[in-house]
Amino acid sequence: MSETAAAERPAASLSPEAGRTHGLPVAVLAELTHRCPLQCPYCSNPLELDRPKDELSTAEWQRVLGEMADLGVLQVHFSGGEPVVRRDLGDLVRRASEVGLYSNLITSAVGLTRDRVFALADAGLAHVQISFQASDAALANRIGGYRHGHAQKHLAAGWVREAGLALTVNAVMHRQNLHELPQIVDMAVTLGAQRLEVANVQYYGWALKNRAALMPTRAQVAECDRVVEEARERFRGVLTIDYVTPDYYADRPKTCMGGWGRQVFNISPSGKVLPCHAAETITGLHFDSVRDHSLGWIWEHSPALNRYRGTDWMPAPCRSCAHKDEDFGGCRCQAFALTGDAAATDPACALSPRHAAIFRTAEVEAETGTTRFIYRNPTGGTAEA
Amino acid sequence: MSMAERLTIGAATRPKLARHARLRFDTARGLWLLLAPERVLLPDPIAVEVLELSDGIRTVRDVAENLSQKYDAPLDRIATDVTAMLQSLADKGFVAAADGVRP
Ligand code: SF4
Ligand code: SF4
Repeated sequence: MSETAAAERPAASLSPEAGRTHGLPVAVLAELTHRCPLQCPYCSNPLELDRPKDELSTAEWQRVLGEMADLGVLQVHFSGGEPVVRRDLGDLVRRASEVGLYSNLITSAVGLTRDRVFALADAGLAHVQISFQASDAALANRIGGYRHGHAQKHLAAGWVREAGLALTVNAVMHRQNLHELPQIVDMAVTLGAQRLEVANVQYYGWALKNRAALMPTRAQVAECDRVVEEARERFRGVLTIDYVTPDYYADRPKTCMGGWGRQVFNISPSGKVLPCHAAETITGLHFDSVRDHSLGWIWEHSPALNRYRGTDWMPAPCRSCAHKDEDFGGCRCQAFALTGDAAATDPACALSPRHAAIFRTAEVEAETGTTRFIYRNPTGGTAEA
Repeated sequence: MSMAERLTIGAATRPKLARHARLRFDTARGLWLLLAPERVLLPDPIAVEVLELSDGIRTVRDVAENLSQKYDAPLDRIATDVTAMLQSLADKGFVAAADGVRP
């Protein structure tokens, strides 16, 4: 019993070995469906949603879960769309437990019942993450575009705790709800959550379409930093707060997904293996499907995964930058969305030639932009009445 | 619903893994891992022993006594180290008390 710190070494030996662009994958986001009763204007699903008839079958997912475990994957996050729309969710959770995967459910909680929660806990589910759109019911329901969503989330959070499952509250933050952050923190504590994810909107896909209605002001972002810091102190040991900062007003980009195709990946409802949930917003890349290849083959050989792995693909200014092994040049999806070139330096970086112009636009939008949403749906979006 | 309180680990606490935490040996990497959502810790061999003894029945004192005998080491020191380690894991939400408010 030499030192207590040794008990919690950061998981450095899970990282790829020196000189390798990728290691054994650690976590997978399994998007079971793009169907969802809600219509959040910042949804991270692609603008063109996968159709129900193209979704992987139960048997296909069960095979893929086995392949994940063989490949060294530790955690599977069942997500969507709304994963509880899939009636076979319990079977998939059970399969994940059988092959030793740690399973987490990422849900809007709309459509969950008490029986279903207990059945999922029985099947070996370890953890549930429920998204909340705001703390005020009227605002939350307006943002989610679904009338009774907020009340259902509160009920479901209670069942999750009653079943003995751990609960994370996920709150996606933007200009129209940042003022409620203190109440959202209190709500998370009252609901018995162990963890709160304060996730500022990332702007690609639906969120980019809605950027003018979502972009926070600089003052809001500064206040958000302050509230998170204060709450972390106040609820130490009770509530862990993970904070995704907005990178539009930062000087350095985020280390997106810990690096493209480095340790995590995403499987779309129709079986495509993506480096992140938004990667399909980059047009011109072909993503391989678990219907055509084994996961092991895809992880090693998929041209789309290899395209932006490591640092060799980088243009100036990243190529010769001291930070390139820390942030991997930022987010490819954001680079593509804002410059039309996925290989460009992420404009969130102050060294990008596009930085000043793009973030000036964002600042103007935050001050003068519309507040009306374009709701996410399979028909390409509906403008708020 | 009452608010959760911070768990303070003492000699009489009966620690156990939190409901959402999983301790397992990963054959692909040859490592012991402690898994929770969005977090993976790599417990050292002693931490693995402590966690395996933390079954919700033994108290922290029992765990320390067990290890002190096994390694022929002073109980005081072992007890201090075990308590500090479990407290730090409890603060991160990995460890709960069998009779406590945490899961
Ligand atoms: S962000 Fe909203 S619309 Fe998109 S999947 Fe989640 S709950 Fe559904
Ligand atoms: S220039 Fe590229 S590598 Fe350097 S900080 Fe900016 S994004 Fe990161």
